[in-house]
Amino acid sequence: MEQQYIDLYKQFHENIKSNSAPVINALRDESFELFETLGFPTSDLENYKYTDLNASLSIDYGLNINRIHFPVDPYQVFKCDVPGIHSFLFFVVNDAFFPVNEPRNKDLPEGVIVGSLKEIAETQPDLLKNYYGKLSSKQRDGLVAFNGTFAQDGFFMYVPKNVVLEHPVQLVNIMRSDVDFMANSHNLIILDEGAKMQLLVCDHTVDNVRFFANRVTEVFVGENAVYEHYKLENTHTRMTNLTTLLIQQKDSSTVLTNLITLHNGFTRNTVEIDLDGEHCETELCGMVIGDKNQQVDNFTTILHNQPNCHSSELFKYVLDDVSKGGFTGKLRVAKDAQKTSAFQTNRNILLNKTAKMRTRPQLEIYADDVKCSHGATIGQLDESAKFYMQQRGISETEARLLLMFAFTSDIIDNIRIPALQDRIKIMVENRLRGEISKCEGCMICQ
Amino acid sequence: MAEDILHEVTQNEYKYGFTSDIETDIIPIGLNEEVIRLISSKKNEPEWMLDFRLKAYRHWLTQEIPQWAHLEIPKIDYQSIAYYAAPRKNAPKSLDEVDPELLKTFDKLGIPLEEQKALSGMAVDAVMDSVSVKTTFKENLAELGIIFCSFSEAVEHHPDLVKKYMSSVVPYTDNFFATLNCAVFSDGSFVYIPKGVRCPMELSTYFRINSLNTGQFERTLIIADEDSYVSYLEGCTAPMRDENQLHAAIVEIVVMKNAEVKYSTVQNWYPGDKNGKGGIFNFVTKRGICKGENSKISWTQVETGSAITWKYPSCILLGDNSSAEFYSVAVTNHYQQADTGTKMLHIGKNTRSHILSKGISAGYSQNSYRGLVKVNPAAQNARNFSQCDSLLLSDKCGAHTFPYMEVNNDSSVVEHEATTSKISEDQIFYCNQRGISTEDAIGLIVNGYAKEVLNKLPMEFAVEAQKLLQITLEGSVG
Repeated sequence: MEQQYIDLYKQFHENIKSNSAPVINALRDESFELFETLGFPTSDLENYKYTDLNASLSIDYGLNINRIHFPVDPYQVFKCDVPGIHSFLFFVVNDAFFPVNEPRNKDLPEGVIVGSLKEIAETQPDLLKNYYGKLSSKQRDGLVAFNGTFAQDGFFMYVPKNVVLEHPVQLVNIMRSDVDFMANSHNLIILDEGAKMQLLVCDHTVDNVRFFANRVTEVFVGENAVYEHYKLENTHTRMTNLTTLLIQQKDSSTVLTNLITLHNGFTRNTVEIDLDGEHCETELCGMVIGDKNQQVDNFTTILHNQPNCHSSELFKYVLDDVSKGGFTGKLRVAKDAQKTSAFQTNRNILLNKTAKMRTRPQLEIYADDVKCSHGATIGQLDESAKFYMQQRGISETEARLLLMFAFTSDIIDNIRIPALQDRIKIMVENRLRGEISKCEGCMICQ
Repeated sequence: MAEDILHEVTQNEYKYGFTSDIETDIIPIGLNEEVIRLISSKKNEPEWMLDFRLKAYRHWLTQEIPQWAHLEIPKIDYQSIAYYAAPRKNAPKSLDEVDPELLKTFDKLGIPLEEQKALSGMAVDAVMDSVSVKTTFKENLAELGIIFCSFSEAVEHHPDLVKKYMSSVVPYTDNFFATLNCAVFSDGSFVYIPKGVRCPMELSTYFRINSLNTGQFERTLIIADEDSYVSYLEGCTAPMRDENQLHAAIVEIVVMKNAEVKYSTVQNWYPGDKNGKGGIFNFVTKRGICKGENSKISWTQVETGSAITWKYPSCILLGDNSSAEFYSVAVTNHYQQADTGTKMLHIGKNTRSHILSKGISAGYSQNSYRGLVKVNPAAQNARNFSQCDSLLLSDKCGAHTFPYMEVNNDSSVVEHEATTSKISEDQIFYCNQRGISTEDAIGLIVNGYAKEVLNKLPMEFAVEAQKLLQITLEGSVG
């Protein structure tokens, strides 16, 4: 399976390089070598035990090596906008940054650099040099290596020292193609000391073909900086969405990561948070509502490398039909990371006989002055609570709904963008009511 | 103060270390088909047994050492191990014939055969290296129809039972170490409890590794027929030595309708010295099957020894309403490594399992819990609760938890919780305030921490287990 891509790279590596920037190309051959040795991950690997890519990879996807411009009007496509959200808006179509003339973006504070990774790598290589690939090249992962081999562009953002973004930044990934298509893109986000930003990443699909997206995002959070990352996935069932989010935190920084999967095909979210400074705080949460034959695997790693850090993790799954959920929560406390407190919880509800859930909460602790715990449950809705409500005249369907909604509410409460929170509340409710089992305006999913 | 105590505790060395000079009958080192034929012929085994061994050996050649455990396993040269050793003065007719050195060894271990035979009410099947030397109480048990003998005797006298159940729980293809055991196993214990019989005493086997450079490959097979009950104890200590020894045992338990088996282990093999030199490599495959309705298996283990422990006593809950329990205390010190836990496979309806694991790590040791709870689609209303706690006693050691939960239906409830902490200053301060010295406080806390599991051990064993915990950790604490 790997071979066709290896051959493709060997044949076209000049083309790929000429359509990208030197800073990005610097790691390309290295990534390719690694990919040649590792290949695509199989479910034999411990880290991919619950992700089987075989079916997704057996399809012959097109790759846009020669950077052909895809005709698309992102505003036409992107209808699931969150009303009332005042955001800076950017688009990545397939695997390339898509420049639009968005009036709101003019309000961005001075010094913020944002745009296409490729273009900024060409015009300001010094800015990228110390960051690009710094986290991803450490990964011994076939998908990350594959991304490093083929990614040519992506989203770039730099927030300078002590600059606070008043409004969230919204990054919309749109998949658009007439043939089965594969996209590899690399995003890079740098927050300097004391900077503050919220990023909302939305994944959307447009055409009724098979898509395969393999995106790597590197985020560097400087001292005292505050970063929030929301990933909202609303794609169709023929989409394979593989994302790797790598975050590095410096002293006293705060990060919130919230991964919400409402509708998808096959998704794997790999998240690795490196706590490389003291007094860092990180919160990682996520929610999955799955039905049909959807599959979601959240594979998370939090590395406590320095003392006095705090992390908390909470993931919730509601699975119906023949959907499959996977969760891995790795928590590693390094030898000298004393005074660490780390908590992890994973709760899952199976609504149907055929739904499946696999969970692996893991603690690896090498320091002694720590407080760590994890808990995981797989079960059903509380019958007695349902009975209690029915006694009080609430219909069974409504009682079920209330319970499910309550179950997911602590993830929604963790969204710190009010407009987004309201929107997701409605979306989750609709989703749970079964009123929409597809995205708004979408004609693909039935 | 507390640090001094911890220092003292973690410097504590293995107190049961000694070797005894008993002449043993060793075959040359190395492993090939000839060696297997030799083992088989030395034990006068029937043809089908030899075929089984050869089949396993050929499969073993195709297998690889599993890499997933959180262990650093030094390369083991399987060709430099002697695969068979038996005390030369084999099969004594009476105690007078038993090598006095051997008796002395048992005395040091607290198993004076002659006295214990009458007093303790336990039937002791002592395994010295590889061949059963003495089995007691056989007559008493035989009256009830209970078969309790060495594995070799079972092969000779009860071939039908052995043929039917051997390898039925752990197939010869199961894993690298289990397959190796199938090929070269020397001896072990065999227990059969007939229908409706409640075994009146605790059955017990003491294992010892005694000969330089001999791996031990025991096999235990316990069959509890319908409506029966047995409690089985396994305990081990080993002499101090420098070279690593390999131990790959198999324990199989078959439990029929309404029957119950309680299996308790205290493992205290030589863990290596405080620099991590030497020690036993302990790769054990233990598995039980609840075949019939309402059957029950209970594993209790206290793991304090071995340089490397790789051990996952598991249960297959096949019968409806069957249940399983796993209670474990694992203590690691110095450079010991332990990766231990359990597997609960829920297949039948209304099956229940309970896991309670307590890890204590000190020194430079690594202690991991690894467990799988799997609920099959047909296992309606399955229920599991797992709790794994870790206690850290030094800043150089590690405590890890790797639980796996896989649920495939909508009527089961699976829960897991784990905590990791050290003995907090608050707890010690609280005790100090009440006039309890720091020494006693640490002792109290560690003891209380493990008590939940120790209470599950049979009386005879709980005493030894407590003593062991004291020796490994608490002894110098108070």
